[in-house]
Formats: sequence, C-alpha cells, structure tokens
Amino acid sequence: MAHKRGYFGEYGGQFVPETLMPALEELEKAFFLAKKDKNFMLEFESLLKDYVGRPTPLYFAKRLTEYLGGGKIYLKREDLAHTGAHKINNALGQALLTKRIMKKDRIIAETGAGQHGVATATGAALVGISCDIYMGEEDIRRQALNVFRMNLLGAKVIPVNTGSKTLKDAINEALRDWTTNVKNTHYVMGTVFGPHPYPSLVRFFQQIIGKETKKQILSKEGRLPDLLIACVGGGSNSIGLFSEFINDKSVQMIGVEAGGKGIESGLHAARFAGGAKGIFQGCLSYVLENEDGNILPTHSVSAGLDYASVGPEHAFLRDIGRVKYTYATDDEALQAFELLSRLEGIIPALESAHAVAEAIKLAPTLSKESIIVVNLSGRGDKDVQEVARIKGIESLK
Amino acid sequence: MKRGFQIKETLDKLLKEGKKAFIPYIMAGDPNLEETAKRLQILQKAGADIIELGVPFTDPLADGPTIQRAAERALKSSTTLRKILQFLRECRISTPLVLMTYLNPVYCFGLENFFKAAQEAGVGGVIFPDLTVEESKPYREYAKKYKIDTIFLVAPTSTPLRVKKIVQASTGFVYYVSITGITGSHLRLDKDFKNHIKLVKSFGKPICIGFGISKPEEAKYVVQYSDGVIVGSAIVKAFHENPHNAYNLIKSLREAI
Repeated sequence: MAHKRGYFGEYGGQFVPETLMPALEELEKAFFLAKKDKNFMLEFESLLKDYVGRPTPLYFAKRLTEYLGGGKIYLKREDLAHTGAHKINNALGQALLTKRIMKKDRIIAETGAGQHGVATATGAALVGISCDIYMGEEDIRRQALNVFRMNLLGAKVIPVNTGSKTLKDAINEALRDWTTNVKNTHYVMGTVFGPHPYPSLVRFFQQIIGKETKKQILSKEGRLPDLLIACVGGGSNSIGLFSEFINDKSVQMIGVEAGGKGIESGLHAARFAGGAKGIFQGCLSYVLENEDGNILPTHSVSAGLDYASVGPEHAFLRDIGRVKYTYATDDEALQAFELLSRLEGIIPALESAHAVAEAIKLAPTLSKESIIVVNLSGRGDKDVQEVARIKGIESLK
Repeated sequence: MKRGFQIKETLDKLLKEGKKAFIPYIMAGDPNLEETAKRLQILQKAGADIIELGVPFTDPLADGPTIQRAAERALKSSTTLRKILQFLRECRISTPLVLMTYLNPVYCFGLENFFKAAQEAGVGGVIFPDLTVEESKPYREYAKKYKIDTIFLVAPTSTPLRVKKIVQASTGFVYYVSITGITGSHLRLDKDFKNHIKLVKSFGKPICIGFGISKPEEAKYVVQYSDGVIVGSAIVKAFHENPHNAYNLIKSLREAI
C-alpha cells in the first residue's frame, strides 16, 4: 500500500521542534545509506550472530501446550538475546549507524523498564561512544537492577522527576537533550514511535524477529502459524514479529496492551481500548488523553508497556483490521508470569507475560492442530524483585 | 472583532517607524487566569508591542524547566485551551496577542474550531512549537481563512532549503531560535549566527529573536540583528519568584530594545 512519506495511512508524520528537523533529515539519509551499504549490513548481521546470539530459538512449549489443552504454543525466545530482550537488535543497529554513518560520538536514549537503556548502553560500549540514559524516577525505583547494569556498562543514568516520572517524561527529557546537543549526539529511540524515520528505522532493525520465526516455523511445522501474539508498548517487538507476515493473509495477529487494573479503573495503558487520536511526542497516533488534549497518566505493572501512546503503524494496522488489539490486566500478566515459570522453567519479562496471558486465554479455544507463536520479547530477571514486592515477600523488598 | 493579521500589521508599522518589537511571553493560567489578566495589563503598561501567551500542556518538550513548571501550575488551576479562549474573549486587551500552544490541544479542539474560536477571541497569531513546516498546510489554510498570522520557528541548525520554506510559510514574523536548545538556557550566540540570520533575512520577512534572552544587555545585543526580541523564561520567572520587581524588569527590557 502506498503511503505519504513518513505516514502509515493517516498516522505518523513529523511533529517536532524545528531544531530537530535537520537531525531527522540527517538520520533519514543515514538510514537510507546504511540499508544500501553492504559493509554496514554485513557488520550488523555478523554482530547479530556472534554478539547477540542470533538466531534466537523458536521453542515448542510442550508443557504449557498440554496444560492449556488446545493450540500448539511456540515461544520466540528473544529473552535469550544478549542483554535479555529484543531491544538489543535496534540499539545495536542505531549505535552502529551513529558511529559508522553519522560519525557522532554520543548517544542518548530513554528507557522505561530499563531494557532499552541496557541495550543502548551495551551498543555504546561495543562501538566505543559515550552514552546517557534518561529514566523516570518511578521506573528507577521499579528497575533498580537495570540502573546498576547501565552504570556497569559505562552509561550515565539521568533521573527524570517531571510529570509522571515514567517513560513519557524520560522521552521529553531525551528530546530536550537532543535539541541542545544535536550536533554530536544521536537519539536512539527504543521503539517504533516518534517522528519519521524512527518508526521505519526501528522496524527495520527488528524485522529479524519475524524473518527468523518464519524460517523456523516452516522448518519445524512445514507451514505458517495460525496466530501470532505479541505485547505492545510502543510496539517494536510486535512489529518486528508481525511485519514479515503482514502479506500472509492466513496468519492472524494479536497485539496485547497493558490493561493495568482494568479499563474502567482508568489505571491502564490500553491506548486502543481507552484512547483517541492525538499528536504526541513526534507523531499522530492513538493517545491516552483528556478532552483538552492533555496526556493522561498511565499504569501498568510492567514499566515497558506503561506509555500513553503507541506506534503509528499499529494504529494503521488496527484501522485496516490486519492486527487485532486487546489487553491483559496486571493480574492476568502476573498469573502468566508464574505459570510460564513453573511449567516451562522460563521466567518471562512482565511485558512479555502480557502476550503469554493472551495465549493462555486463546489456546484452549483452538484446535490441537493450530499453531500459535508468542513473542517472548524479554526475560523476567529484572522483574523478580518487583513481583516479590507485589506478592508481599518481605525479605526481597 | 479585531481586523485580523494584527501581528503582521504591528510589525509592518514598527518597521516603518524604525522601531523594534518587544514581545514578552507569559503562561496563561500561571497560577490562574485572574492573575493572567493582571499580568497582561502589566505587560501592556510596560510597553509590550505584542504579547505571546502560552497554553499549558502536560508534555511541553520544547520548553525548559521554568516554563514547564509554569505549565504545571497552570494545569493545577485547570487551565485549558478552551478556558483561555473564553478568557480572552472577555478580557479584550488592546495589545496584539500571539498564542503559543502545542498541537495536541489544538488537534483535540478541532483545527477549524480552534482557528474560528481564536479569531473570536481576538488572537492575532499562533505559534505551534511542534508543528514543522512540512506538516503545516492544513493549519495555514485555516489560519488564512480566519485572518490569523502563523509564526514558524527557524533554528540555527535549519538548512538554507528549510529556512526558505519556513520563511515562506510564516506571516507576521519569523521566530528565530537564538540558541540550539530549549527555552531558558544560558544565552550563547552561535559564531555563525550573523551569517545565518542574514540568510533568514534575505527572504524578506521580519525576524524576532527569542529563547535564552533574560537581561536588558542581552536584548540590546541581539536586537541589532533583528526586528524584535522575545523574552519568555526570565519574565515567567520574575512574575513567579519576585512579582514586585517584575514590572521593573519588563520595563528595563523594553527600554533596552
């Protein structure tokens, strides 16, 4: 389908201060050059293999499948990628782009759960450039371990205490930093969000998830899956998985947002269930906002899904009906977190647990021949302490 | 109802008289709209040629800490775009007004509804800090229909091609961001500043310089390169921290220009 430059249907665009526009134009040019640059792509691919550990396995979750008694559940094991989540694919790609193509010596990033911050700090360490990470104070509390990891990797973590002290405020601060230091600094956006070209750039680096999955499922099952499930915060792991299957009409796709304490409670981050169209942090998409256009606070047990807007391509895929969007509540995600840990010996990230929760709901309703692929976007080590706190386990508080 | 395109008219008149424009900024609703009414009178009395009035937004990503905090105070008193427009319809100050608002409040208001209501409220011009010239066509069409000037920002990083597009899209004046960065940072003039501003001027529209000007001597220095000066954070800060002295600061800025 033909789109206006930087748009997915009516969504996307470039809504930023003029100060950033030359940088976005430069980034778009660098992205274009990188895609055509054989050496760049070879280096990127070889790092994905030898450094990240790709391809990540596609694992048949036999015990979970038997327990649920329906469709076959495969897990795409992004949790086994270096640094523990899919975020490294994009962070490494952009770090390389910064150093090789744009020749800048500093990167900055926002982080919610800390996974993108850790991935960006890792990318910076690998290519040898300096790195500052903006993180909301509330998230710093929830993800103390990741803060320490970033420090170990040589990055500085800058606490953000404005607004709701979470991901959106960290993005505001990172954009302010970028506005001031645009000449030597590249902003590594962590998801398929923000102004063009970020949604396309991040998708490009995450497409590897879907490409591998397709190859792996064809070799294991000899056919395409019936259903793909992925959690959606900004939406990069889901786009990474889905994009390869968009034209395979037989493959259904479900994106799972954070239902928090339920839509009626107002304490959630389900943009499609509770939001409306709006312009926020660089693009037009679905936003949790009030009637005056101010952005509403969000809630999720998972910091990585706790965000007021969603990637513009998701808004488009939802409008045309190609992807169905639903949500899982905090409680459902926590149950999935424990169930997968006990049945498969895999502790999922709380973000990914939202996708698992949807599989738990749907698998029993599907035939035993049907194939479900769940993107296990990250591992749950970072969440263990927070889950212990929620469960009231005193010794870990 | 005012005549429309008052910002352009004001700048044209000042240019003809060989004068420079002094454009102070305050945040509407900081800390409430009653106080805003008083501050508008003070700005008018101190000799503002145009007043830039900010609309509070939860996520003001182009603003520094001073204006962020002013926005938080304004939101606390439930100040919204709708209430500000209503307030302006009632208060009717004679100094031409430019409304500075992030796009989402306008988008949620409805584009045409906004420009229509702004005209009815006597707003002379608008600045949208997160509207790029590339995305601006529908906004400019409605602005023209309702006789409201559209002021765009030029940055020191803007390439010649972008400068041309931005100046062409601007009516009234072009807002030159004098430092690379957010509002309220320490003033530091780029060494290529003079050449760049010459380039902006070559496209033939008035230029006002803003962002980072806080002292009369800074205003005096930058105004020699421009047709006017915008002062934001310093005035917002003065009204908040030292209200009794605010008038004197504003007056001294006026006199320096």
